[in-house]
Amino acid sequence: MPDMLSLTPLHPLHVELGARLVPFAGWEMPVQYSGIIEEHHAVRRACGLFDVSHMGEARVRGADAVRLLDRVMTNEMASLRAGHARYTVMCQPDGGCVDDVIVYRMGDAEFFICLNASNAAKDIAWLRTHAQGLSVEVVDECSRWAQLALQGPKAEEILAKVTTLPFASLRRFAFAEGIVADAAGCVVSRTGYTGSPGFEIYLPAETAVTVARALLEAGRPLGLIPTGLGARDSLRLEAGYPLYGHEISGTISPIQAGLGWAVKFSKPDFIGREALRRQAEGGPASSVTFFSLDDRRIARQGAAVFAGDLRVGEVLSGTQSPTLGKPIGSALIAAGQAAAGGLTVDIRGQRVPMVLSAGPFVK
Amino acid sequence: MSQVPTDLRYTKEHEWIRMRPDGTAEIGITDHAQSALGDVTYVDLPKAGAKFVAGDTFGTVESVKAASDLYAPVACEIIESNSALDGAPDLVNREPYAGAWMIRVRLADPSSISSLLDAAAYAAVL
Repeated sequence: MPDMLSLTPLHPLHVELGARLVPFAGWEMPVQYSGIIEEHHAVRRACGLFDVSHMGEARVRGADAVRLLDRVMTNEMASLRAGHARYTVMCQPDGGCVDDVIVYRMGDAEFFICLNASNAAKDIAWLRTHAQGLSVEVVDECSRWAQLALQGPKAEEILAKVTTLPFASLRRFAFAEGIVADAAGCVVSRTGYTGSPGFEIYLPAETAVTVARALLEAGRPLGLIPTGLGARDSLRLEAGYPLYGHEISGTISPIQAGLGWAVKFSKPDFIGREALRRQAEGGPASSVTFFSLDDRRIARQGAAVFAGDLRVGEVLSGTQSPTLGKPIGSALIAAGQAAAGGLTVDIRGQRVPMVLSAGPFVK
Repeated sequence: MSQVPTDLRYTKEHEWIRMRPDGTAEIGITDHAQSALGDVTYVDLPKAGAKFVAGDTFGTVESVKAASDLYAPVACEIIESNSALDGAPDLVNREPYAGAWMIRVRLADPSSISSLLDAAAYAAVL
């Protein structure tokens, strides 16, 4: 059934809310409701509610859980405390990325992992392959969970209306388990993919519509609107967050992507360590750089980057930044060329000067 | 359901053309097209005097999601491009058939418009 799209538990609500639904990573997902720019501003200024139930989930438990995860993940898992989460990459032996994920520590020997939708099946197979011979089980929980992202400066105030969980005390990347809008067994995590404050909520699939409705109701007076994957992409790009298949991939390593902070060479061994170490010490052949344009046109994925007449890279992601009011993007650029400056990008046959950016476009 | 005014002619590529009393014509993109594009951020239009034959790319409309070529419905010469779209490209989303006309043209052959779709025929391709 190659053409069959999966539907999230919130699909009926999307239809009711008038979302524009598009195929994404095998799912039919809302790309927008009222409009990408309006939804983007809502997240920066008030709050947005995203259905991100297409994301995959796996549970890893057993005496060797830490051993497995510290072998497959570039970041350190042994030091992660229960109730906390950590961003990490899973690498191939050559340093390319299998996926980037968030690992939640549920207990001494139990972890919960949030996986990219397009990689979930591959990730679970990868984890199971490397679990062989260890005392650990990898449970596929993809269909068990729905996931909502409540993102924006009003997120905390809105969440307070539907739960008594002590989430206010949670620091970034900490989480609590409990009841949200009468739904038991939810996980509320102070994480997000937008660059605005907020929460990601994992909830039992069958409770998703009820909880989403309760949040939308509670948040409406505070400016909460439903937000789609279109705004999610422009928000994450402004924040400088990588997207698998763009800034990281099977051929773009975390070192190239500027994610060296999530690669812990202090660990004696993990998959990809030697290749990544060579890149980190010698400098990678190319690396990811963010840019903006003082132009009206957007440089999109695949657009060629030039230094003079020499092609030195290509665009990985590009969009209009609603916050800056101009085009932004990311590009993979050959070593030394970014620092030299004077780069241009080809947009439909015209060379447009690139303004390289040291950090994210929003703080 | 997107709007399809009955007093215009259309192309399958979702452009509309409106004949004016002075014999010139205005060209823009349809409600269906703007809705499919989503938030328009930029419209790149030709200068006065530029000439096109039917099917030529005369400009580009860019949204957050994608850049799409604009095609000349009939052979024509540009009299004026709509400068209001430069400062307010979102007019394309708000008023696709009014404020967001894109080019005003002189037709090479005024009868060529009869080869285009009428509202009923365009509505049928949606």
